[in-house]
Amino acid sequence: MSRLLPLTVEGAVGRRRSRTLVGPVDLRIEGAGITVVIGPNGAGKTSLLSLLHGTERLAEGRIDWAWPLEDARHAQAFVFQRPVMLRRTVAENIAYPLQIRGVARKEAQARAADWARRVGLGEVLNRYAPVLSGGEQQKLALARALIIEPDVLFLDEPCASLDGRAMREIEEILLAARDRGTRLVMSTHNMGQARRLADEVLFLLRGRIHESGPASTFFTAPETPQARAFLKGDIVE
Amino acid sequence: MVDLWSGFSQAFWLVVTFDPELAEIALRSLRVTLSALLVASVIALPLAALLAVKRFRWRRWIIAILNALMGLPPVVVGLVVYVILSRSGPLGVLGLLFTPTAMIVAQTIIIVPLIASVAHQSLRELWAEYHDLLISMNVTQWQKIRTLLWDSRRALLTASLAGFGRAIGEVGAIMIVGGNIDHATRVLTTAIALETGKGDFGLALALGFVLIGIAVAVNLSIHWLSRTERGDRW
Amino acid sequence: MMKQLFLSAALVAVAGTAQAQDVMKMAVTTSFNNSGLAEVLLPEIQKDLGLEVQLLVVGTGQAIKLGESGDVDAILVHSRPAEEAFIEGGYGTHRTEIMYNDFVFVGPSDDPAVIADDETAVEALQDIASTEAAFVSRGDDSGTHKMELALWKDAGLDVEGFGDWYNAVGQGMGAALNTAAGMNGYILSDRASWLNFGNKADLGLLFSGDPVLFNQYAYIPVNPEKHEHVQTELVDKLEAWLVSDRAEELINGYEIAGEQLFVFNAGENAN
Repeated sequence: MSRLLPLTVEGAVGRRRSRTLVGPVDLRIEGAGITVVIGPNGAGKTSLLSLLHGTERLAEGRIDWAWPLEDARHAQAFVFQRPVMLRRTVAENIAYPLQIRGVARKEAQARAADWARRVGLGEVLNRYAPVLSGGEQQKLALARALIIEPDVLFLDEPCASLDGRAMREIEEILLAARDRGTRLVMSTHNMGQARRLADEVLFLLRGRIHESGPASTFFTAPETPQARAFLKGDIVE
Repeated sequence: MVDLWSGFSQAFWLVVTFDPELAEIALRSLRVTLSALLVASVIALPLAALLAVKRFRWRRWIIAILNALMGLPPVVVGLVVYVILSRSGPLGVLGLLFTPTAMIVAQTIIIVPLIASVAHQSLRELWAEYHDLLISMNVTQWQKIRTLLWDSRRALLTASLAGFGRAIGEVGAIMIVGGNIDHATRVLTTAIALETGKGDFGLALALGFVLIGIAVAVNLSIHWLSRTERGDRW
Repeated sequence: MMKQLFLSAALVAVAGTAQAQDVMKMAVTTSFNNSGLAEVLLPEIQKDLGLEVQLLVVGTGQAIKLGESGDVDAILVHSRPAEEAFIEGGYGTHRTEIMYNDFVFVGPSDDPAVIADDETAVEALQDIASTEAAFVSRGDDSGTHKMELALWKDAGLDVEGFGDWYNAVGQGMGAALNTAAGMNGYILSDRASWLNFGNKADLGLLFSGDPVLFNQYAYIPVNPEKHEHVQTELVDKLEAWLVSDRAEELINGYEIAGEQLFVFNAGENAN
């Protein structure tokens, strides 16, 4: 169960060089489940996720976790759209977060091997990570994120460049993580994936939350015309 | 021409029989330059890592200066070190002039900018790659540096070897601060200068062969290392 | 693997720093070193006194400078005016004559300036200047260089006015001889360096014997009052050895190609 939540955001704004990337945004995330963030390109999905995670600086407003900020940062993880591979083996990559937390080497190796197997990378433990395929790298990134058992996991379009099979495998891992109690906040372009995974939806437009709600109602009966248009597949500006 | 030829054959003989004088000089060369390499690496590599990850006001200036220092004429470094270490100079009490230690000091000063610059380049590139991930993982400054240094180890070794190559062939600075004293501070390069000046080409050529051998070996290692950069792990 | 590399590098650096005996530094001239006499004397000094003498081989000018700055414990040079100025300035305690050799004129074997039949050194120089034959000068403020300049002065000629035939190379005796061999020119050299020189090419010894070409070597300890750290004990030990019968035997017995190079004369001229 997520001890970091509820996450309360009030009037949060993310800016870079006087250009507003996202905000002002108000939202509240609590309980278990998967929040899916959707919206056209440039709407600010990545910026919102970075803002919540803390890698983008908050220009205005507040972001409050149930825990003090420093501790909260250690119980989160982030999976990028294009995963960053350390120039090491698969096993060493996955074990890295444990290594920097001071976990003993033997134990870190064992847990990394276990997680590698869970995401289907058990056969390539000693392969040099940068030479893995896109799908394999993303799975590695997931394992590396989940190995610390984060309370909250952010994902920025994790399946953007993956084939169907890899996407399916990753979605399974995500659902399993949710069932274990991790709160997921992910952005996606793929409406099918959104429908499959979302418990809650945030629809972003021009940096603001245009509409939000439980998945059950959002997909069947969107309230705003832009949301409706977007779901139909029209270009929304 | 006859002279040169007899020089060559004499040189060959000296090398093949491990002539003790030749060996003594060669070993001293290695000792001085390897020591300088060690000290210089200890200074230059962490400095390069710090410059790569820490953002502070003078950073760009320091990087620019470091690059400029690479063009420092070694003999000028020798002159400055000589003046400082001379008995009538500020650090004269150390009595280091005309000792191998003075030579190590001079060589270290010469190669630190080189090693730091080359290493910094690689570390910068790697940092650009790792930046988002490590920031997201909330690693400490110290952990950042350690991770970068470890994952760049091949490139760092290459940087060090570049420094070695520069130092082993240097003659001006160590001639000045070492004094080329027989059995004390005479090394391959200074011995070559001396023997050539005396007209003793046999020994000079033999020394030259050894020096070339070392330099080539070092450069080959750099080449081999950068080829194993992709793919394999060690 | 990295660890092993660093470790072995460190070991190589540390090994060989052990030093268990007396060591002193002496500045000597390139002429002296190139004669090869040092190679004979140093091992004997090591054996007889247990003393390692480290030689800085430089020109007289720099030897004097090293003595002034206290970077060496004693100097062995061959330029009386410079030596006296050195002692006058308080940098040296006294001078002790040890031995002498002579200077000779070396030049192309066909002798275009025809100096072989000249009576005096001054005449030889005048011939060289008038034919503008290629001439190599040490140009490095050494004892040899100072002797050469003094001779030009006695010949009534001004070095500054010389043309391209006069080449001041700013190097030691061996390197200067090399240059002379390379351009087939004349050069003033000490006999010892010439006999010991390996690359004679087309050069030959053309003129010698004029008494002004006399070259006296003197030993001067650096003054401990100016530089405390000078190892006066060792310096005195070496001086005593250099004027001893043993040294006389070795110095007079030193020959190149059957010719004696140096004449031991310590104690003959009281100064």
